[in-house]
Amino acid sequence: MSLADGVFFLIAAFTLAAAAGVVLSSNIIHSALFLILTFLGVAGIYFTLDAPFLALVQVLVYAGAVAVLIIFAIMLVMSTPAHQSNRFQPNRVTLFLGTLLAGLLTATLVYIGLITQPALAPVGPSGADMIGILANLMLGRYVVAFEAAAVLLLLAVVGAIILARGVEEK
Amino acid sequence: MERLILDIAHLLVSWLTGRGMAPVWADLLLLLLQWGTVLAIVTLNVLILIWLERKVSGFIQERLGPNRLGPFGVFQTIADTLKLLTKEDIIPTQTDRWIFKTAPMFFIIVAVMLYAVIPMGQDMAIVDLSAGLLFFISVGALSTICILMAGWGSNNKWSLLGAMRSVAQMISYEIPLAFSLLGVVMITGTLNLGEIVKAQDKVWFFVLQPLAFLTYFIAATAELNRGPFDMPEAEQELTAGAYTEYTGMRWALFFLAEYTNLVAVSALMATVFFGGWQGPLLPSWIWIIIKTYLIMLVFMWLKWTFPRIRMDHLMSFSWKVLIPISLINIVITGIGIKFIQGMGW
Repeated sequence: MSLADGVFFLIAAFTLAAAAGVVLSSNIIHSALFLILTFLGVAGIYFTLDAPFLALVQVLVYAGAVAVLIIFAIMLVMSTPAHQSNRFQPNRVTLFLGTLLAGLLTATLVYIGLITQPALAPVGPSGADMIGILANLMLGRYVVAFEAAAVLLLLAVVGAIILARGVEEK
Repeated sequence: MERLILDIAHLLVSWLTGRGMAPVWADLLLLLLQWGTVLAIVTLNVLILIWLERKVSGFIQERLGPNRLGPFGVFQTIADTLKLLTKEDIIPTQTDRWIFKTAPMFFIIVAVMLYAVIPMGQDMAIVDLSAGLLFFISVGALSTICILMAGWGSNNKWSLLGAMRSVAQMISYEIPLAFSLLGVVMITGTLNLGEIVKAQDKVWFFVLQPLAFLTYFIAATAELNRGPFDMPEAEQELTAGAYTEYTGMRWALFFLAEYTNLVAVSALMATVFFGGWQGPLLPSWIWIIIKTYLIMLVFMWLKWTFPRIRMDHLMSFSWKVLIPISLINIVITGIGIKFIQGMGW
């Protein structure tokens, strides 16, 4: 096992432990904070895959912004006391459906892992050029999709502001 | 002199590998040593900075500041540190213990991580990351969560109010912060901080990007929660906000982390807008220290000169003034680059 493999397994174990914390903790705020650790672990895996740009965007968007949004939403809508806000309540139907879903997902992932070749894509030049390649793809070949997504997000932001403030009546 | 620190590092690595150590482990050991040095410099520097802050505030408010312990009161902060170390660590019974305990630790970890990418001299960044500037912005964004953790974990309404203010403020000011740096990135075409410094050998970017520099400076003050944007702490109305329930060393860790952030942001500002380690005569690692300290003095000057801004004014200033200005700056920079390319300069 090389050093890179060791680092990968270390980060993977950290990510899984944090993800288990999200599910198992009975306080929903703790779950949200564990979720941040999970995001950071995923960012670490991106780093080991030689994709620093993706890793940093993961940190900025998910761990920095989305997590804060989640915590704010929880704080605003929480009605039960914090320490029992995320309790595990076993129920046959939910238990069955959850196990089924998790089993299907695991089976799919294992199946994909078995039928595909280990190297999915040729690894391009590492380091500085990657951001340039990404930028050229986004603003060249996929510019329409990129701009469409941008306009959609802008519309969503404007819509959210209008919903929150209400229309001024004259 | 210029290569002094690099030479020491190379000597150490070659000595270790010469004695039969695998190069990987020697590099790891060097990395540990580098982080240890950063930690030592950060903690010792805070002693100087707090003394300087008190002296500057005293000078601005026409009083003496600390003057009892040692010449000009230089030992005052050491005495304060000893006091904080020996104080009882009080954890109120109704707090969310884990969050309360870990918040200051995460805060200081995030603050120290910022130093990974800053070039502290020619070729002297700990990690020469291709997306160094992005690393600084995204890791800096994590400190929001640590303050939120402190405010929530304290289970105190003032603390939570302070944390909420801090999050609202930091998330709003992150946008002009990142946008103002984009102008520089457009000119250099790289996110690597070393390359950005090398691109400034003729002219510093604060000359080419004055609007970006101003927006960055204001947004950075807000990101650091420093006066006149220190709404999250606001001693007089929120009784120190998120830090109210903290005592002893846990509180001191927050203080340490805030000054660590201040040094990091000032060093980044020196790197991006003031030519980083470049300068005549003196070695590069002395130039970055001089520039960082000058910028920190300006931060202190601002803090003790301006009164605190009201919360709603603060937010509308970011959304209605700073973000439009930084967007206009991006457009102007883009047109300028095209114009210069078209003229064939």
